[in-house]
Amino acid sequence: MSLRRPAKDQPESFEFNASSLEAAKAIVAKYPEGKQQSAVMALLYIAQKQNNNWIPLAAMKYIAKFLDMPYIKVYEVATFYTMYNLAPVGKYFVQVCTTTPCMIRGANQLVEACKEKISENECELSNDKSCSWMEVECLGACVNAPMMQINDNYYEDLDKQKTLDILDKILNGETPKPGSYRGRVNNEPENNRKTLMDLKNA
Amino acid sequence: MLKDQDRIFQNLYNDKGSNVSSSQERGDWVNTKEITDKGRDWIINEIKESQLRGRGGAGFPTGLKWSFAPKEVGSRPHYLVINGDESEPGTCKDRDILRFEPHKLIEGCLIASFAVQAHVCYIYIRGEYFVDGQKLQAAIDEAYEKKLLGKNAAGTGWDLDIYIHYGAGAYICGEETALLESLEGKKGQPRLKPPFPALIGLYGCPTIINNVETIAVVPTILRRGAKWFASLGREKNTGTKIFCISGNVNNPCNVEEEMSIPLKELIEVHAGGVIGGWENLQAVIPGGSSMPLIPKERCETLKMDFDACVEEKSGLGTAGIVVINKDQDIIKCMARIARFYKHESCGQCTPCREGSGWMWRMLERMAKGDATKDEVNMLGDVTNQIAGHTICAFGEGSSWPVQGLLRHFKKEIEKRNNLDPVVQKKNNIPYLVDQHLLDKKNA
Repeated sequence: MSLRRPAKDQPESFEFNASSLEAAKAIVAKYPEGKQQSAVMALLYIAQKQNNNWIPLAAMKYIAKFLDMPYIKVYEVATFYTMYNLAPVGKYFVQVCTTTPCMIRGANQLVEACKEKISENECELSNDKSCSWMEVECLGACVNAPMMQINDNYYEDLDKQKTLDILDKILNGETPKPGSYRGRVNNEPENNRKTLMDLKNA
Repeated sequence: MLKDQDRIFQNLYNDKGSNVSSSQERGDWVNTKEITDKGRDWIINEIKESQLRGRGGAGFPTGLKWSFAPKEVGSRPHYLVINGDESEPGTCKDRDILRFEPHKLIEGCLIASFAVQAHVCYIYIRGEYFVDGQKLQAAIDEAYEKKLLGKNAAGTGWDLDIYIHYGAGAYICGEETALLESLEGKKGQPRLKPPFPALIGLYGCPTIINNVETIAVVPTILRRGAKWFASLGREKNTGTKIFCISGNVNNPCNVEEEMSIPLKELIEVHAGGVIGGWENLQAVIPGGSSMPLIPKERCETLKMDFDACVEEKSGLGTAGIVVINKDQDIIKCMARIARFYKHESCGQCTPCREGSGWMWRMLERMAKGDATKDEVNMLGDVTNQIAGHTICAFGEGSSWPVQGLLRHFKKEIEKRNNLDPVVQKKNNIPYLVDQHLLDKKNA
């Protein structure tokens, strides 16, 4: 199991803003009547997005009231799933996959790059407080290894230099282009494609 | 090599775009009504005859699974749930279906929902695939617009609503009952079976759960016929499969190929060979990290299908092939996999929660050469105490890779770890509890 603890400094209160509220209502409507608890995961996401990429305890209490469920059940969900950040992570949250398929393609170089550019330790904010990084388990883009995720986007086929360039860009407030950084098209075998060539050349 | 016209996922590399009109050119949504008009029994029979086995790892016959759904809808509605919580290290096939072939999946959902009499279908996608999920959502929205979903979907007379539910980074939610718990807004901890989800599943209602790839191949099977599908591969291991080849190969890629294709052909032809040549191959994990690795000698002749992999004491799993060459430290690779399982254990059953951490710590020590001789057998003992003693298959999934390592690379571990278990002199071993006793002079 992973060990997860809420941040020490917590804001006093939390409330959905107008757009979050609208999104939350649309999500609750997806589930059968009386089963609104199903929406808790999506609502935690909305809270996380609204609150600069992390979920304060006040938001869990607010969501518990919103869905008419016990606070402890929201707390359970928020602490069980690793994608809910319980402490500030910065506007740009970098997740480097270091599970075996990425590891054997050199994911440690990406970690080194993050240490150089962002912060010495994982889950630690950079000097300008805009960014943090952490090692995560398999992100499911193994044929594009090594790779990392920044907020919602995947950056694939990286090496140390490419990672440094990407991190430079986000530290300057730009959003680099997601996808492969070796110029290959999606998951096709680079320069070695032997299937569906008619479609490719059409 | 499989002929191009026999490939189901023509848009695997997104050559043509994934909207409705381009999907229709590939044959999706063309005669959905004709298929459903033939009736439920015909559909389930045809899938049974095609011998399609679930693509999510366990390889359960899909037609049989569908036939477990109650024949009549009682007071409780039926649900169809699609498992897109692809988190097995080495596997990234469903992602390509979600983003490039969404209409194969959506049409499959409609046909499967009709077959098991569900009016609501939830697609559970892992949270990290948010962008790919948005692409699927766009495809669903377009399908609603074109009246392919909703009331009287695609003119079949069947009403169907599809909703996406995002996970949040828990590997265990790929286990079907944990997935249901997660869908209900709880921690993803697996349920005891029986009752099986086909009778008591989501919200206590009959629920059929299938992998993304399984459902996405259904429309093509029904269009081209069970005979065509069954003619590919070999008996009980029929059809085509998306293989993900990652690790130390020259061109890592996803490719759709016939079942029972030789592993060597997959690696040499499609993935451009092992880095450093075939002779540099050390071992291959054939089906995602939870399947035991297979050493080079056995890889020469291994055929990639469910039964052939089982004969090698491994499994096809999700067909996520991880190639490890001789430049890698095999113990370190497995230690990293053990760390993955330690991180992802849901914590419900003690053997798995505690044992996964033990395995990880022991393997880390073994990789460094800090373990004692007798620990090698102790590690095997730990794996045996996890496998088969947990609620879900995670116990097996976490201990099989370690067992595979012990089966094939025991000598390697023993060579590196030859510390004597009897402590004869002051030796700083951090995990030894009675360290303080050793600090005494005569210890």
